[in-house]
Amino acid sequence: MLEGKAYRMADNISTDHIIPGRFFHLRSNLPELAKHVLEDADPNFKQKVKAGDFLVAGKNFGLGSSREHAALVLKLSGIGGILAHSVARIFYRNAINIGLPVVICDTHNVSHGDELHLDLRKGVVEDKTQGTTLSLSEVPQVMLDILACGGLLPYIKKYGRFNV
Amino acid sequence: MGKTLAEKILSLKSGLDAVAGRIVVAQVDLVFLQDGTGPLSIRQFEKEFKKVFDPQRVALFIDHASPSPRKELSGDHIFLRHFARKQDCRLYDVGEGVCHQLVAEELASPGNVILGADSHTSTAGGLGAFACGMGSTDIAVALALGETWLRVPQSFKVELEGRLGKGVYTKDLALHLIGKIGADGATYKALEFGGDMASDMDISSRLTLANMCVETGAKAGLFPSDEVTREFLRSQGRENCFIPVSPDADAVYEHIIKVNVSKLEPTVSLPHAVDTTSPIEEVKGMRVDQVCIGTCTNGRLPDLEVAATILKGRKCHPHTRLLITPASRRIFQEALGLGLLQIFMEAGAVILPPGCASCVGVHQGILGDGEVCLSTANRNFQGRMGNPSSFIYLGSPASAAAAAVKGEIADPREFL
Repeated sequence: MLEGKAYRMADNISTDHIIPGRFFHLRSNLPELAKHVLEDADPNFKQKVKAGDFLVAGKNFGLGSSREHAALVLKLSGIGGILAHSVARIFYRNAINIGLPVVICDTHNVSHGDELHLDLRKGVVEDKTQGTTLSLSEVPQVMLDILACGGLLPYIKKYGRFNV
Repeated sequence: MGKTLAEKILSLKSGLDAVAGRIVVAQVDLVFLQDGTGPLSIRQFEKEFKKVFDPQRVALFIDHASPSPRKELSGDHIFLRHFARKQDCRLYDVGEGVCHQLVAEELASPGNVILGADSHTSTAGGLGAFACGMGSTDIAVALALGETWLRVPQSFKVELEGRLGKGVYTKDLALHLIGKIGADGATYKALEFGGDMASDMDISSRLTLANMCVETGAKAGLFPSDEVTREFLRSQGRENCFIPVSPDADAVYEHIIKVNVSKLEPTVSLPHAVDTTSPIEEVKGMRVDQVCIGTCTNGRLPDLEVAATILKGRKCHPHTRLLITPASRRIFQEALGLGLLQIFMEAGAVILPPGCASCVGVHQGILGDGEVCLSTANRNFQGRMGNPSSFIYLGSPASAAAAAVKGEIADPREFL
């Protein structure tokens, strides 16, 4: 069970919004790179986000480039999980692979600041502020196993290969 | 029940009955990475593993920031070169070209499963490979194990009929399709191309379409392999890599999208979304500060030939910069041999070394505040070309050349 407050984002947040190409030279320096997280989409994000917050996005979150740095800088900024109406494929795998939970659910009625409880095993998010329960789209077992290990590298260390 | 192309390739590579929706572990024929995603991939790899699964099936590319504009990136390049030497695997260094073009020329074969640490890895689907972009950690594990897990995608069949009109190209078709499907309309799916128009299409055009499939959210874009594929492989000295791959006649598709390309007009994507498309007619007259022709989408010889047809004997507009980047060294040399580069130089263009150029916003043509660019690239997200306060339109090489001459968005048919 994960708990956190909702940090609202718009639809179609691309990996160029999350961490743009003009910071390409900082990719081997993640703490410096993370200072620029989402600055083009929400200039005060870095100051406002609190450790454990859930990013609550609309449709097609993380579209675009395969840069795993996008998921990494969100995690380094303290984001505890991502709820989105839909998620771009590569971003989805990247986030799970670094142990950052991403779930797909109807986020329309979640407001900024709502208290959220995420239960991956039950497949639900409770919005404590609104008193609602959101059901999650099914997550493939292999992704749940990777998340349970804390990411893909610890998963492979444990199983030695893909255990599907 | 018949199988789609994606199901067929993944059945072959997993040893299972890979029906859509099933999760399989597939053997991988090629794993590659580039200078933007590669250093992280290698750091992840070195946490757990020592040797790549097969050095012959691994390739590294220095194309995104190439030649390096910053010392930090020069350091990343050194790191990649060192890894390639240590692991005895291929490295394509500064000036050799964009990874996807080099993969198509030298490495990809029909029926392959290819994983690249770059979203436009789908490009190799133009040759009948199931080619899929992934992030650094997935690639790190694939480098070590030579396999990955995949959910077998449902496929959309895209049936192409008719003949493109004068001044209308595959890029216009690609943008039209993305506008129709939407930026997330094919998420987790494969797009499979068929129909007479697809069979007649040259490899350059197939690569352009497969390249842009990812802009609909798709996992892969696939063409069957045929005599056109065989001839392309022969031209690259790789005819022995040809195998025929095609979907079964009774394959099951989630959707069938029919397009009669005869009706298409020159099309552009408007800032800041690839799926916000418009006939060029509706944005004619928009001032353009910079035009970019190149990238893994449209930096091939036929693209340069079309641009040269328009630019021959004409000059770039005084307020418009024209940057041209052949996608590979081979294409650069062919363009040189055909006199195309001379035409570009006389028109006032800047010729850049083979690579990704300004497409990723790292170097070689960062836009200024408020500036407008018409590019033949595949993405126009806010900030993509290095400045969140600039505006990117996407179009065909012909539309790009027309804009360079006129200094504003123009219908390329005026020049043909």
